[in-house]
Amino acid sequence: MLDIYLPILIVIGIAFAFAIVSVSLSRLIGVKKPSAVKLAPYECGMPIIGSAQERFSIKFYIIAMLFILFDIEAVFLYPWAVMFKRLGIFGFMEMGVFIIILLVGFIYVWKKGALEWE
Amino acid sequence: MVMTPEVLTLSETPWLFTGVMLGKIIVAFVGTLLIVAYATYAERKIIGRMQTRMGPNMTGPKGLLQPIADGLKLFFKEDIIPSQAHYLAFILAPMMILAPAFISIAVIPFGGDLHFTYDGTLYEVPLQITDLNIGVLFIVAMAGLGVYGIVLAGLASNSKYSLLGGIRSTAQMISYELAAGLSIVAIFMLSETLSMRGIVQAQQLPIWGIESLSFLPNWYIFTQPLAFGLFVIGSMAEINRTPFDLPEAETELVSGFCTEYSAMKYALFFMAEYANMITVSAIAATLFLGGWGGPFFGWINFLIKVFAFMFFFIWIRATFPRLRYDQLMFLGWKVLLPLSLANIVITGIAILLW
Repeated sequence: MLDIYLPILIVIGIAFAFAIVSVSLSRLIGVKKPSAVKLAPYECGMPIIGSAQERFSIKFYIIAMLFILFDIEAVFLYPWAVMFKRLGIFGFMEMGVFIIILLVGFIYVWKKGALEWE
Repeated sequence: MVMTPEVLTLSETPWLFTGVMLGKIIVAFVGTLLIVAYATYAERKIIGRMQTRMGPNMTGPKGLLQPIADGLKLFFKEDIIPSQAHYLAFILAPMMILAPAFISIAVIPFGGDLHFTYDGTLYEVPLQITDLNIGVLFIVAMAGLGVYGIVLAGLASNSKYSLLGGIRSTAQMISYELAAGLSIVAIFMLSETLSMRGIVQAQQLPIWGIESLSFLPNWYIFTQPLAFGLFVIGSMAEINRTPFDLPEAETELVSGFCTEYSAMKYALFFMAEYANMITVSAIAATLFLGGWGGPFFGWINFLIKVFAFMFFFIWIRATFPRLRYDQLMFLGWKVLLPLSLANIVITGIAILLW
């Protein structure tokens, strides 16, 4: 177990160490001449209008919810695909029913226009 | 006398195991960093040539020192943190994007087995940092983690362009992650394993189990052409390459989620982009093009395939205009997703009837 996962832990450590070291080194070395205008959020040189914490389109939430549904399907499909040849026709039928149930929902969402972007 | 090679284990040969493991990690990491640096050079040079320009040619012979000059320049630039930004999240975001991109290389097999004799025993070292039995799942998980960095960058900057870029990018990445993730399910139905190494070995068997056809490579690109197309398009969108670079759409969103970033933090975003490009090319080469299999020595075959994919991605960037957002969502949800589900069903029926 450790034989397989120890290298991954080391790689995770190295990847984060590399990111942290390069960011903090450049922060130490770089020039520092802050001014109020420089630290303002970029808005094409115009004075800032309102806050950036605005509301955004509801469509993105629908996409996120649909993603969770289909990602769960993908999670079930991965182990099923590995065992597919051993499960045979029974496994195929079982997963077929599962996919059809999800597809009905997908077609409903499609017909309702949740995937339309005007 | 023929010796059967032994596999290094932590319990029996701790020092040798640790040494070999660290060696492989250093080679893979330094190799990736070098390819990342020179991918930026190659991209500028190739796109320059495709647009009948010279590309970088002043820094060093033929401009070969350009990536180093760029890196040093960004290193010494002023590191600006906007006054309205969330301090910790703003600093964390580029790291959250870069780290998963580099972690994915841990499970990619970049060559066949290496044999060496130490203290009278023959050892076998697979050229792969670690052969995880859920390798592909691990890579998909890491690709999913990359989304957090972009959301964080968009929200933490507290700028309208960043927010729009971040939200758009999230929707795009999760949509195409789905299509890319589902398209490769058909591969596992054929290979019956999730280990990257196992998938490469499955592609070294004769095509369709017919011995007389063993001169043909049994690469999954031939048995699964649709899955290959879906995976390449899906992953191109997932790593935000042109024509799917809407999160950074320069003409409308300034620079998307990295608008407020400067200095090394900005460089990390770009290193992550190129590292992701390498990872995606490596996965495509492993899953569909037989990994290290081919006419030359193991890892050379693999590098040729990876570079071919990267050239293809750069070529696409020079050729296609950017999609509109509604076209992007149409393609992801109404074309790629149904097609990848259909591909799974068709593959299932084909395997059952065979």
